Amino acid sequence: MTINKQQNGSVLTIAVQGRLDTTTAPDLEKEIKTGLDGVTELIMDFEKLDYISSAGLRVLLSAQKAMSKQGSMKVIHVSDLVMEVFEVTGFTDILTIE
Amino acid sequence: MKEWTFEATVERIPWLTDQVNEVLEGLDCPMKAQMQIDVAIDELLANIASYAYGAGTGEVTVRVDFEADTRTVSITFIDSGVAYDPSVKSDPDVTLTAEEREVGGLGIFLVKKTMDDMTYVRRDGRNVLTIFKRI
Repeated sequence: MTINKQQNGSVLTIAVQGRLDTTTAPDLEKEIKTGLDGVTELIMDFEKLDYISSAGLRVLLSAQKAMSKQGSMKVIHVSDLVMEVFEVTGFTDILTIE
Repeated sequence: MKEWTFEATVERIPWLTDQVNEVLEGLDCPMKAQMQIDVAIDELLANIASYAYGAGTGEVTVRVDFEADTRTVSITFIDSGVAYDPSVKSDPDVTLTAEEREVGGLGIFLVKKTMDDMTYVRRDGRNVLTIFKRI
């Protein structure tokens, strides 16, 4: 998994490439936890995300909870496969997906 | 068809995924089914690595089989840890809001939803869990 962060003022975009699973989710969690100071909009770009497991969903859920307190979060460029995981787990109701 | 026995740790997940993918590619498995199987491997091996042997570690045997008639791949996970039947685990409430949602419990649910079947038996002091996916 590769993580690309781009900050523009208070807008942080995190692009994730590869597999977001048990072994890689802790890396993303660390990036998010240490990078949200002063961020009012978090954009997760999943264009190059191959797949997501429950470990990745947990990271997204805690990011969503953190951003609900200080601004907003949205997930963009979601593939069909990842979208199906979001639908099955009810994450389509939790996340803002564009 | 193929079988591996190794120490059940989360560090072995990428390796096991690669081994299984190699088998799946030989079966002309569609990419979507392969990725769903990869996620299932992640969930199930992570569970065994984290919970089966408590704070310690132990071995797991993973076997991949293929039934050509129905084009069904089955993957069996065998560990000798504490008895645990995920097939009877109750589903999480997926209708709750982000604030109400618990962090966890989604893995097995995801596997049940994306695989065609899941069976569990406790045999000779071992957990034998099998997932089935038509490809």
